[in-house]
Amino acid sequence: MPELWEDMLRTLSLRDHNTRVVVLGVSMLGLAAGLVGTFMVLRKRALLTDAVSHATLPGIAAAFMLMVAFGGSGRSLSGLLLGAAVFGVLGMLGVQAIRKYTRLKDDVALGIVLSVFFGLGVAMLGLVQEMRQGHAAGIDRFIYGQAATMLGADAMTMLVMASIVVAACALLFKEFTLVCFDEQYAGAQGWPVGMIDVVMMGLVVAVTVIGLQAVGLILVVAMLIVPPAAARFWTDNLLRMGLVAGVIGLVSGYLGATVSGMAPRLPTGPIIVLVATGVFVVSLLAGTRRGVLVRAWRHVQSVRRTGLQHLMRAAFEHAELAGDEPFAADDLLDRRSWSKRELSRLLRRAQRYGWVVPTSDDRWRLSDAGRREARRVVRNHRLWELFLIEHADIAPSHVDRDADRIEHVLGEAMVEQLERTLRTRGEAVAVPASPHRIGGDDKVTR
Amino acid sequence: MTWYPFDTWIVIVGALAALACALPGCFLVLRRMSLMGDAISHAVLPGLAIAFLVTASRASWPMFVGAAAVGVLTAILSGWVERVGKVEAQAALGVVFTALFAVGLILIRFAADHVDIDADCVLYGEIELAPLRTVSVLGFDIPQPALVNGGMLLINVLVIGLLYKEMKISAFDPQLATTLGINATAMHYLLMGLVAATVVAAFESVGSILVIAMLIVPGAVGHLLSDRLSSMLGIAAVVAVLSAVLGHVGAITLPPLAGFDDTRTAGMMVVVAGGLFVLAMSFGPRYGLVSRAITQLGLGLRIAQEDLLATLYRLEEQGDDRSTPAAIRADQLRATLDLDPLRHRLLLRRLHRGQLVTRTDAGYALTDAGRSLARDLVRTHRLWETYLDQYTGTPADHLHLAAEQLEHATSPTMQQQLAERTGSPATDPQGKTIPSPPNDASR
Repeated sequence: MPELWEDMLRTLSLRDHNTRVVVLGVSMLGLAAGLVGTFMVLRKRALLTDAVSHATLPGIAAAFMLMVAFGGSGRSLSGLLLGAAVFGVLGMLGVQAIRKYTRLKDDVALGIVLSVFFGLGVAMLGLVQEMRQGHAAGIDRFIYGQAATMLGADAMTMLVMASIVVAACALLFKEFTLVCFDEQYAGAQGWPVGMIDVVMMGLVVAVTVIGLQAVGLILVVAMLIVPPAAARFWTDNLLRMGLVAGVIGLVSGYLGATVSGMAPRLPTGPIIVLVATGVFVVSLLAGTRRGVLVRAWRHVQSVRRTGLQHLMRAAFEHAELAGDEPFAADDLLDRRSWSKRELSRLLRRAQRYGWVVPTSDDRWRLSDAGRREARRVVRNHRLWELFLIEHADIAPSHVDRDADRIEHVLGEAMVEQLERTLRTRGEAVAVPASPHRIGGDDKVTR
Repeated sequence: MTWYPFDTWIVIVGALAALACALPGCFLVLRRMSLMGDAISHAVLPGLAIAFLVTASRASWPMFVGAAAVGVLTAILSGWVERVGKVEAQAALGVVFTALFAVGLILIRFAADHVDIDADCVLYGEIELAPLRTVSVLGFDIPQPALVNGGMLLINVLVIGLLYKEMKISAFDPQLATTLGINATAMHYLLMGLVAATVVAAFESVGSILVIAMLIVPGAVGHLLSDRLSSMLGIAAVVAVLSAVLGHVGAITLPPLAGFDDTRTAGMMVVVAGGLFVLAMSFGPRYGLVSRAITQLGLGLRIAQEDLLATLYRLEEQGDDRSTPAAIRADQLRATLDLDPLRHRLLLRRLHRGQLVTRTDAGYALTDAGRSLARDLVRTHRLWETYLDQYTGTPADHLHLAAEQLEHATSPTMQQQLAERTGSPATDPQGKTIPSPPNDASR
C-alpha cells in the first residue's frame, strides 16, 4: 500500500514535471471556461457552445487531411486545433445564419449545426482512417479527450492559451458585462457591441478548442455551462458569479486531471464533469442566494409572518366589535378560514413573541406590544382599502381581499405615501374605521 | 459502383430509422424542444451501460427499457432543475445531459471488460453491419435492426395517428389544449417517451449522431417548406428517406473519386440531410432565401419603375408646352432621380420594352399608356400629401417623403377613399395640381 500512497502523493503534489504541467493546464482551462461560460449562461446561449464544439470535428479531420496531403504526419497539434477553430467559427456563423434568415428558432438552429457538422466530421473521419500516410490513430482522442496521455508540450500550449483567455476576460470584463445585461443600452452609449460580441464568441471557440484534448468535444460544453450555473445559486453579482464559476471550474479541472492521472482507466472529461455536477447539486440545494433550501426557508418564514399578522388583525377587529375583554380562541375561529389547530398554533407562537397573554380561564388578551403590532397591521390593511376605494374605484365590499394580501408587505415609505394620498396624518389618525362591515357573518372577509 | 443486396438492406435500415425519428422530431421542432432530442440521445448512455453490465448482452429488452427510462428521466430532471432551481432552460438541459453522459462514459469504461462495447459504436453505430444479423420471419431472412426500427416506426405512426389532434393542439398551444380537456403534460411526456424509445431503438444500428440529425433536420425542412402539420410530417418523411438512400449511395460512390474505398454511411446520411436543409433554406417557395430575394427584387424594380414614370410626368409638367409630349434628356432624368447608371439604363430599357416610354433623339418621353399610369401615381401621391396634411399634422417638409412611400402601396379603392376624405381638392398642400382620375373625361 505505501507504494500506492506514494504514487497518489506524487500526483496530488504535482512533483512530476509532466503531471504538473497537465494538471495546471487543465485547471487553468477550468478557470477560463468558468469565466467565459458565465457570460454565455447569462446571455441564454448555453448550448451554443455545444454546437460549436461538435462543429470542430470536421475541422480536425480536414486539417489532418490537409497536413498529410502536404507531406506532414498530421500530428501537429496547433494545425489540428487551427482547423478545429476555423470550423468552430463556421458552426457559429451557421447558427447565426439560420437564426437570421429562416423562421426556425434557436433550438433548431443549434440542433442542425450540431448534428450536420458532426455527421460531416464522422464521414470525413471515415476517410481519414483509410489513409495509409500519417498517423490517424490519435484523432479519436478529440471526441472523448484524455488528459493523462497528453504530452508536456501540448499541455503547455493549453496552459498558455487558457491563461490568455483568462486575461482577456479580465481586461474586457466591463464591456462583456454591458453586452450581457443591456445590449441596446451599450449600443446607444457608443460601445462597439458587434465587435465585443465577436470577441466573446471568439473566446468561446478558443476555450472549446483548447478543451478538446483534455475533456473531448462532447463534454467540453459542460465545463462552460455547469460551473456558471452552479455559481448562480450563490450570488447576484456578476463579478462574484464569474469568480465563483472560475474557481469551481479550476477545482473540477484539478481533481479531474489528478484523479485520471492516478487511475488511467478513468477518463478525464467525465471526472471533471461529475465533480462540477456534484458542486452544482450542492449549490442547487444549499446556495445562499437562490438555493432551493434557502428559498424554501424564506417561504416558510413569510408564511409564518403572514399567519401571525392575520391573527393579530383578527384579534384587533374582534376587540373593536366586542370590546377589550379577553377573548377565547373560538371567538376568532369565524374570522378567517383557519382550522382550530392552526389557530392555536398561531396563538402559541404569538405568545412566544409576547404579543398575546393567556389569562386564567383559557382565554387570551393582547399585550401592549401585541396591540401595537395589531394596530400597525390593521392600519396598513385599512389604508390600502381606502386607497382602493378612493383611487381605484373598487367597491367597498371587494377591497378586503386585495388588502388582505398586501398588508404584509407595505413598507414604511409606502404607508407614508398612502397617508399623503389619503390626507390622513401619521399616528394622529390612529386606525381608520373599516370601510366595510366586519364580523363573523361577513363572508367577504374570507 | 457495385450494388449488393446488403446495400439495399443498409438503405432500408437507415430509412426506417430515419423515418422513425423524423415523425416525433417534427413535434420537437414545433415545440422548440429540438435540443431535447440531442440531450436524450446523449443521456441514454448510462442506461445502456447499466443494462450491459447487468445482463452482459447487447440486445435485450432490459437494455431497451433501461435506456428509454433514462431518456425520459432526462426530460423530467431538466424540467425539474429549470423549475425548482430556476435555472435557464438551455443551461438546465446542458447540466443534466452532460452529467448523465459522463456517468455513461465511466460505466462503459468498466463494462468494456465484460462485454464487447465501446462508446464509438454508440456514437457512429454500425449500420454497415446491420444486414449481417438476420432473423427468420415467415421464411424470409430479415436483418434484426430492420425489424427493430420498423417496429418503432409502426409504434410512432400508430401513436401519432391515434392522438394526432391532441398532439397537434398541445404542440401549438398547450393552454388551449388544457382548456379543451387535453392533458398537455401527459402529451409532453408521451412525446418524450416516444423520442426516448425511438432513440434507443435506432442508436444501435445507426448511431446516435444519425438519430440526433434525423430528429431535427427533417422536421426543420418540413417547417421551412410548409405551414401545415400534415404536410410538414409528409415532407419530413420524404427528407428522411432521401437522406438514407442518397447518403448510402454517396458513401460508396463519392470517396472512390478521391482514391478512398468508402466512408461511414451514417455520417454521409447526415451530410445529405444537411444538404437538403440548405436547399430548402435557399430555394423554399415561400420562406427560401432566393425566393424571398426574388420577391424583394421584383418589388424594388416595380417601385423604381414607378418612381421613374412619375418623374417623367413631373418633368413634363414643368415643361412649358404641354400639348406635345416633351422629350427629356436621359442625364437630366438621372440627375433628378439620383440613380446609378446601370440601374438607370436597365429601367429605361424595361419601360421602353413595355411601351410606357418612347425614345427619340432628343431623349425619353411618356407614351399615352405610360402617361396615364404616371398620372395615376402622381394623383395618389398628391392626395396622400393632402390627406397627411389635413389629418395627421405631418409637417409640410415631411409630406413628400411619406407620400413617396405610401403611393406604391395604394390600391384604386384606397385612392378613391382618399379623394373622398380630402374632399377631392384641385391642388395639393404645395399648390400643385392634382391630376383628375383616369376615367374622368375632362383632363
